[in-house]
Amino acid sequence: MTDPKDANPPAAAAEEGGAVLPASVAEERVSVATQWQLMWWRFKKHKLAMASSVIVILFYLVVIFADFLAYSDPLASEAQRSLLSPQRIHWFDNGRFDPFVYGLTGIRDPVTFKRVYTPDPEKKIRVRFFAPGFEYHFLGMIPADRHLLGVVDARAEDTLFLLGTDEQGRDLWSRLMYGTQTSLSIGLAGVSLSLFLGVLLGGISGLKGGFIDTVIQRVIEILRSIPTIPLWMGLAAALPNDWNVMQVYFAITLIISLIGWTELARVVRGRFLALREEDFVMAAELAGCGQMRIIFTHLVPSFLSHIIAATTLAIPAMIISETSLSFLGLGLRPPAISWGVLLQQAQNIQALAISPWLLIPSIPVTIVILAFNFMGDGLRDAADPYGH
Amino acid sequence: MLAYLIRRAFLAILTMWAVSVLSFVVIQLPPGDYITSYIAQMSSSGSFVSQQEAEALREQYGLNKPLYIQYIRWMQMVFQGNFGMALEYGRPVSEVIGDRLWLTMVVSVAAIILTWIVALPIGIYSAVRQYSIGDYIATFVGFIGLAVPSFMLALILMYLGFTLFNANIGGLFSDEFAEAPWSLSKLWDLAKHLPLPALILGLAGTAQLIRIMRANLLDELGKPYVVTARARGLAERHLIVKYPVRVALNPFASTIGYLLPYVVSGSIIVSLVLSLPTVGPLLLKALIAQDMFLAGTIVLLLGIMTVIGTFLSDLVLIWVDPRIRFEGKR
Repeated sequence: MTDPKDANPPAAAAEEGGAVLPASVAEERVSVATQWQLMWWRFKKHKLAMASSVIVILFYLVVIFADFLAYSDPLASEAQRSLLSPQRIHWFDNGRFDPFVYGLTGIRDPVTFKRVYTPDPEKKIRVRFFAPGFEYHFLGMIPADRHLLGVVDARAEDTLFLLGTDEQGRDLWSRLMYGTQTSLSIGLAGVSLSLFLGVLLGGISGLKGGFIDTVIQRVIEILRSIPTIPLWMGLAAALPNDWNVMQVYFAITLIISLIGWTELARVVRGRFLALREEDFVMAAELAGCGQMRIIFTHLVPSFLSHIIAATTLAIPAMIISETSLSFLGLGLRPPAISWGVLLQQAQNIQALAISPWLLIPSIPVTIVILAFNFMGDGLRDAADPYGH
Repeated sequence: MLAYLIRRAFLAILTMWAVSVLSFVVIQLPPGDYITSYIAQMSSSGSFVSQQEAEALREQYGLNKPLYIQYIRWMQMVFQGNFGMALEYGRPVSEVIGDRLWLTMVVSVAAIILTWIVALPIGIYSAVRQYSIGDYIATFVGFIGLAVPSFMLALILMYLGFTLFNANIGGLFSDEFAEAPWSLSKLWDLAKHLPLPALILGLAGTAQLIRIMRANLLDELGKPYVVTARARGLAERHLIVKYPVRVALNPFASTIGYLLPYVVSGSIIVSLVLSLPTVGPLLLKALIAQDMFLAGTIVLLLGIMTVIGTFLSDLVLIWVDPRIRFEGKR
């Protein structure tokens, strides 16, 4: 696999060196590079995949720092502030950097008797960075109360709603941060479970062959030819109503991971079948290696890169599944917050027409799925030594 | 060919059996059984079911028997076309489902046909004019199609339709036809409403097919026989459509088997957003009300229809791909 012809020809290596190296030196570098180095060089050439990886990393930073990025308690509801439109931050006041938002004044509409809020230019609410806010435990351990944004000397009526509020008057920005945390972590957890299932079953299938292989292959084919959503809906609907948020979270993770494993198992099996016949496996066998040693020290490293690529491509499907189930009200349920739960509020077209910001959670969903797809494509190309 | 046909038919039957078992699991999963829900339903409407009556009902439905006997009984019922009672509606399940199952299939098949019609020319164009602006646009739209879940696309289009044109773009029929018996004009009304949901449902599949078609055709275009044909002066259009496209089409046809379950799945959620009269909204309501016979039957019938659809697409594949037709004849 480390044949110099397969990797990027000298050009890429020269690029790596920063200066134009004589061809022979560059070639030398390619021929002594490890497999991972070759892949990294190749991956770096894929601009879109690189940019996507940065986006994915940013999103996972949001997962880690969700408490910090949110500035109000995502569950604090206030009927008075139902469906407020987003407040724009004005960065400069009288030519000085002094961010503020206009306060909202509520009046009753004389015709519809609904409370209508309008920005009040008299009331300026100062916004500060790293302001103290509600208390939380960073990473579940370290107590903290600082947030990226906050209102100075907050009185009860001084509020900040960057993305508006939902029907219960909860701040959409803060909820979006927590929703990102849930949706992206459930994607990872789901993919780990299906990876485990996929590697186990695909590995057994590819290694043992024969009858077991046939059975597992038929099971995969059957699972792939059944419309899954109605089935998962049925399973999700059976979760007891009195389960708490964590229990539902794990159950939903389990349910969506049942979707993803078939594709991963197919990849693993294909790799096992291809590598089983290789000379280095034969050599290891002749040298007296046990089966476990052959699998884990000889086979797995040689197709690990493919597995990583396939896993990356499986994550978006997980995220879509969770979002869809929660959107239907069968996945995570409030008080849990996920992208699907947030989008559920956008189901009502009348509500949506009046408060279009309820659709905002669909933007991160789209971006993250795109980014994962591009990143996975890049990884797959980079992992394939015979690609162009 | 016969061996292939038998293998596919066998697999289809096996899949249907698996679907029936899974549907049975869905029915059995919630706590309590059919009679408990029935009693709850009756007492909420003011009637009373005595202990003896409940026992008699359990006996009648075989609910005190072991699970596998219950499964066999349920299968017997299903084969006689009796799917049990839908609790919420107090009517037989088959009556409640009615046209909805067919409409689900109509929407799904329309989505797949539309997918083909759109993906084929765009795929060919993208491959022949590789790296042209059109190719980039197709790739970009394709990626958006892959990334936006269909229900979200439906939501966004609903919103745009509502705010820009003040029109409700949901539904499959105009108001005057919704409850009307089938007639030619109702059919025409359906045909007019069909393209939008079909497009929404088909977009993800279209994106996938464009990519497959483009990749396949690119592989073919580099082959010597294309160069030879060109060197011999064959007209470009003739050359491409007649040879490489035909070869590239084969893997294209086989993806339909995977597309159908995917589209049927998607139709459930999209139907909810667009309020289409398919089984989607019915299934969700049944699941929330724990009306398990209705829910289980919908899962079962959807699965079986999908398996039959996939099998039919396999038959199409035999017709399209001579390699399968002549398998074993050499």
